[in-house]
Amino acid sequence: MPEEATSLEDRADKLNEEMLIRRIRDGEHELFYDLIRPYERRVYSTAFAILRNEADAEDVAQEAVLKAFKHIRQFRAEARFSTWLISITVNEARMRRRKEHVEIMQPIVDHQDEEGNYTPRDFADWREIPSETLERSEVRQKLAEALASLGQKYREVFVLRDMQHLSIEETAKALGVSTASVKTRLLRARLMLRDLLAPGLGGNWSSRLSFAKGTKPW
Amino acid sequence: MVVNCEEVWREISNYLDDEISPDLRAAMEEHFRGCHKCSAVLDGTRNVIGLYEDDRMFEPPQGFSQRLHQRLEQNMPRNRRGFLGWMVAAAAAVLVAGGFELASSAASRQPELRSEHAQPGVGVPAGLMVVVAEDGKTFHVAGCGFIHDKAKLRSITASEASREGYAPCVRCMKKYLNESARYDSHDGDDVWEFAGSGEPISK
Repeated sequence: MPEEATSLEDRADKLNEEMLIRRIRDGEHELFYDLIRPYERRVYSTAFAILRNEADAEDVAQEAVLKAFKHIRQFRAEARFSTWLISITVNEARMRRRKEHVEIMQPIVDHQDEEGNYTPRDFADWREIPSETLERSEVRQKLAEALASLGQKYREVFVLRDMQHLSIEETAKALGVSTASVKTRLLRARLMLRDLLAPGLGGNWSSRLSFAKGTKPW
Repeated sequence: MVVNCEEVWREISNYLDDEISPDLRAAMEEHFRGCHKCSAVLDGTRNVIGLYEDDRMFEPPQGFSQRLHQRLEQNMPRNRRGFLGWMVAAAAAVLVAGGFELASSAASRQPELRSEHAQPGVGVPAGLMVVVAEDGKTFHVAGCGFIHDKAKLRSITASEASREGYAPCVRCMKKYLNESARYDSHDGDDVWEFAGSGEPISK
């Protein structure tokens, strides 16, 4: 019985969303608040992950949501609304970066070719997942710094696939690249992040950025 | 099939996404069993994904949602009512709300419900943020598909909503309501959408 209720609720949620979109298109614009509310956080975190700056992320998140509202008629039901909204956010964030040439932080670990092989630099054991450590803000800060240090193309793929849980196809579509490219970039993004974080999360972080320079011979 | 470390590193991400053939998967699993380095990379990569997928990673700044809604509000076409219409509606709402406030404080601590058949929101967490329409009868969680009112919506806490006489929506608040309340409290607000009459049933 509980299982049945859950699936019914899921279906109801989906139907609700479709109904909301239909009614917004028919002129009940206020319903748009309800449509986007579950996704506000995701829009912000996508924008933040790309722009690496709170103020820009908030501004871009607002722009993206406004754009979604203005173009709600262009939304095609075959895509998920969340995916469509995230794609708009990515585009807005990219435009903002181009406009402002925000490349203050040069990517630290973007030195290998996308097509070349990536060789992990750290083989330290890191078997326990310390998810409770996220409650510590300095850990979140380290994770944010590591992500920010990736080149944009790796960061975008990682954010959409591993943080926003888009499928590989959806990620490819949102970024306008092939699925093969998504897979290659994702591999690099994941391995680079692991190299950046493994020294800290496996043992303990020192105050300096331990990943700024490779500490292992390999 | 035998794979070496380099091949494993090249496919490790696809391995985690289950984007490889069963043969390659079996070969990689065999390799992980015998290679300490590669199993450390696998565990670490898996941990990285687990850490970043946590919802708490990038918290929006305080007030983000309100500012977003304000910005939307400024850009929303007012196609059904002009500005004056909204002002009148808002003024009326203030009067109505004020009336309820007075009535409830004067008569008893139990608020007068906006719908005579509705059940008060017993069981709904007082601090839960809910959405109400000025001339609606029920309060909803944001995103509930049964908010039918065309008037301006606002977000308040469940306890404020109850104080103002709103009853919980039997759909989106059902997990907070007990069985009897769920079936007894039907005030007609929620059926019209399925019935397809196009307009809410007015009391």
